[in-house]
Amino acid sequence: MPARNSTAALPVAAGGGGLRLRWPLRRLFVKGTGDAQSESGLKRAHFREWRLPFWLLAPQLFILLLFFFIPSIRALIQAFQLTDPFGATIQWVGFQNFERLFRSSVYWSSAQVTLIFTIAQNVLTLSLALLLAFASNHILRGRGAYRTVLLLPYAIAPAIAGIMLAFLFNPRVGPVAHILQGLGFDWDPNRNSWHALVLIVMAASWKHICYNYIFLVAALMSVPQSILESAYLDGAGPIQRFLRISLPMITPTLFFLIVINFVYGLFETFAIVDATTRGGPAGATSILVYKVYLDGFVTLDLGSSAAQSVVLMVLALLLTFAQFRFVERRVNYSV
Amino acid sequence: MNEHTPILDAVCHLILLVGAVLVCLPIYFVFVTGSLSQPEIMRVPMSWLPGNQFLANMQTVLSSANFGRLLLNSFIIATGITVGKLAVSVIAAFAVTYFRFPFRMTVFWLIFMSLMLPIEVRIVPTYESAANVALPLNILGSWLGIQVLVALDWNLVNTYSGLILPLIASATATFLFRQFFLTIPDELCEAARIDGASPWQFFRLILLPLSRSNIVALAIILFLTGWNQYLWPLLLTTDPAMANAVIGLKKLMPQSDSLPTWHLLMNAAFLTMLPPTLVILILQRWFVKGLVDSGK
Repeated sequence: MPARNSTAALPVAAGGGGLRLRWPLRRLFVKGTGDAQSESGLKRAHFREWRLPFWLLAPQLFILLLFFFIPSIRALIQAFQLTDPFGATIQWVGFQNFERLFRSSVYWSSAQVTLIFTIAQNVLTLSLALLLAFASNHILRGRGAYRTVLLLPYAIAPAIAGIMLAFLFNPRVGPVAHILQGLGFDWDPNRNSWHALVLIVMAASWKHICYNYIFLVAALMSVPQSILESAYLDGAGPIQRFLRISLPMITPTLFFLIVINFVYGLFETFAIVDATTRGGPAGATSILVYKVYLDGFVTLDLGSSAAQSVVLMVLALLLTFAQFRFVERRVNYSV
Repeated sequence: MNEHTPILDAVCHLILLVGAVLVCLPIYFVFVTGSLSQPEIMRVPMSWLPGNQFLANMQTVLSSANFGRLLLNSFIIATGITVGKLAVSVIAAFAVTYFRFPFRMTVFWLIFMSLMLPIEVRIVPTYESAANVALPLNILGSWLGIQVLVALDWNLVNTYSGLILPLIASATATFLFRQFFLTIPDELCEAARIDGASPWQFFRLILLPLSRSNIVALAIILFLTGWNQYLWPLLLTTDPAMANAVIGLKKLMPQSDSLPTWHLLMNAAFLTMLPPTLVILILQRWFVKGLVDSGK
């Protein structure tokens, strides 16, 4: 049973008819070749014309030029410049911004917070999503109803997820915080840095479990029924089948989700932090992307902010490549 | 397989029930808090049942916090991003998959590169680009010594186009369409050409109708992400009337020194998350397909 392939998830992996994207850099440097066979992603039946495609591509390329290429290149340039807060003087300083950044203890503690935050969020999100996916794969009745409810957080903005949990866990008015206090637990995310970190981890996971869950359910459904049945005939129970067969077979999806969770934790959780803790108390939840914003728009340390942007760009590129490696090496188990 | 596992079945239902409760509890409390009055939320412990002030609170939120305008802004921004991105992407994907022209691969890679860097890592220069779209011309002018170009200024701060255009600048949708076009049988295009169809006719009469389900699925996801935007509206709006609803919520957050108006905040939060939640509930089937297809 070929089954629906869950890894069709990735933009570049989908589409059986086309090419499978190879390690991208290699392709980048291969100059345009003549025959249609090696010209990737071109339909065998195609049109030879350049005027119409030019006009079709013009809007996309124009917007990319204005709001992607120019800003990205300028982000690189600004990392090597020192600009005063009013933008009056610009000075070339070489790697000074980076030197200053890497010597700053505030930056390292922000990096540490980010590391703890992203890993905790990743572990919590993926393990709970796996548990839920296993459960909904096992039961027969009510699957659809559970899925409808579990998908709801996808609709809700990260900032709102943060605000909701910040309210529930607010030491003065929050109902959950009152329960915690009733149990004798001195909960206060406004003063205790670990409590604040736990709060944003919970908000980030609450919002993202549904995403992991959808992909895991799709992946579990694509595990060939024939293999599961033969394991059943050999006497393997549902849990054993899950751990020994399904889980190893969906590792590509797991890797994909781990990478996506890191991307989410690094970049998309800005709203959660800004709407709840604002990096506090005392920088305890000031993750890297929040610090770029603080230095670029609040304290106006533009050189440092630009250098931090470049560090984040490198991280984003590494994660993108990790994603492609996953595509490249995805194991095809279809029987 | 006809297994009988009553204990495991019960455990699985329990796990899913706990999961569903954990999802619903915060949403439920948003509604409860949004329907209480100021004295009621100050009571310890707070009521776990809804009060009767929901409509009164809603009126306060819509009038005093100008929240009706913010919801309208959210709608305009989300629709603009959805329509804009779909339109730009589908024609660009058509061009790179169905045409051979010089520098085709270069264009392909230029578009592809935009997948790698999210807007969060380049916020300062992207803001500067939106604050003055003529910036590249300014720089060009100062190199060439043309004063007219240096003086150009086109500010998108506090405009809908400023809130929409930079968020269209990413190629995720283009790639999704490209992948889909690659799975369409070549015979369709050949037949269309034999029948004398022009490229544009082929696109409009064959390709677009075939892509309908992909377009709907992607539109749902784009609308949700557009509605829930936070960082970009935060940077690009200084005028409170141009912010979107999510940003408006931040302004309603109770500060430590003032009266804690959590009931208003929660009421506004409920209003803000209602439209995207309805979209998901009504269009769930399409939405799941779009999500798994696009990996976004």
